[in-house]
Amino acid sequence: MVNSDNLDQILGQLERATALEDLFRVVYAIRDVFEIDHAVYHWVDAKGDQYGCGTYSQAWADRYLSRNYIRVDPVIVGCFQRFHPVDWKRLDWSSKTAREFLLDAREHGVGNQGYSIPIRGPNGQFALFTANHTCDDATWAQMQEVNGRDLILVAHYMNRKALEFEPSRTPDTARQLSPREVDAMTLLAMGYSRSQVAESLSISEHTLRVYIESARFKLGALNTTHAVARAIGFGLIVV
Amino acid sequence: MLRYLYADQLHLFPRLAHSMFTDRADQFARRLEWPVNVDENGEERDHYDALNPLYVIWEEPDGRHGGSMRFLPTTGRVMVNEVFPHLLGGGSVVSPLIWECTRFCLAAKAAPRVAAALMLGGGEIMKQFGVRHFVGVFDARMVRIYRMIGSSPEVLGSDGTGREQISVGLWSFSEEARRQVARRANISPQLSRLWFDRSFGAPPVAQHMALA
Repeated sequence: MVNSDNLDQILGQLERATALEDLFRVVYAIRDVFEIDHAVYHWVDAKGDQYGCGTYSQAWADRYLSRNYIRVDPVIVGCFQRFHPVDWKRLDWSSKTAREFLLDAREHGVGNQGYSIPIRGPNGQFALFTANHTCDDATWAQMQEVNGRDLILVAHYMNRKALEFEPSRTPDTARQLSPREVDAMTLLAMGYSRSQVAESLSISEHTLRVYIESARFKLGALNTTHAVARAIGFGLIVV
Repeated sequence: MLRYLYADQLHLFPRLAHSMFTDRADQFARRLEWPVNVDENGEERDHYDALNPLYVIWEEPDGRHGGSMRFLPTTGRVMVNEVFPHLLGGGSVVSPLIWECTRFCLAAKAAPRVAAALMLGGGEIMKQFGVRHFVGVFDARMVRIYRMIGSSPEVLGSDGTGREQISVGLWSFSEEARRQVARRANISPQLSRLWFDRSFGAPPVAQHMALA
């Protein structure tokens, strides 16, 4: 289990990022906190333009671009137009070009295990966030079991920030908490337990969990404590 | 068997896809009388079908559709936020860990186990993809069927009255619910996993262990 306070600090850095260079620092910090070999954020737009920031070697990043590997990379091919996270072993590596690509990647320090999260942004924007590591299959399955959801959230937070840097972007209203999310976060901030909050709002605990989950995502947090702190910090709730 | 297909893969199974959309016309337009569009091919489609959703489809031995449902993550365009936000108290529900499930459909002649099999598929998605909640849009009269197969949604709110009543609710898949649904469907967890792996590629660990 990663240290959630450390991770929250990184998300705070991400929150304050004002330029793409800041994303590089964040992606290194993410790699370290999850104790994996590499973390990579890779943006591909509808026109095929790409932007990446990751901990892979510069040599591999250059080679990926110069060989135009985006066209054969099974991770891109297998995740494009999808929205479910993918263990690399589920992808199709059977073609000759895919096997040669893998061999080249391994020679440039890319680990044998990968977990990639596709993200569908607005207007055909597409991005991938990948955790990469060298270990056996059981260890990697365990990593996904423990950290999968956190990585999914981190992936989306990275993309949300990257989208902010787009000159043509439309203002993001996704941050706005719904009335019930405001109620839930306010009562949690006041120290109510979940069952007390649910009772106060006349909803079930299951329903409450959905509102908390949604509020947490809008606030860019990984757990409820951090979400409450952000909601107060952003002035979205008053306690 | 269960198939998990994104919209852009449906052309690989033309018979299955066509019968799914015509069964949807039969269920939603003819039987439930929802105000939906049916095209000249007798297929019911809406604009969410154009967003490359993920379908879970029960395929009958003859290759036809027996039942299906449709998933989209709430981080993009979804019905609960665009059509029914008032049922969730206003505002929107947004998270990559909350997916929307819509167009739960059963072919007129589908065996009772098909509904349970679909729920089992929903459970696989939750387990394998880290999804925590499904927010669903469904006909209130379906609640009886859901209860029968041991997977009742929690109704958050309903719109309209009588035949046109449409509800929004939540599904959860606890281990216990999974086991109950699997029993109703008469499908072993191993078989369910096999179908999942057939759609999404080789299993990460089992494959390796089989070789060991």
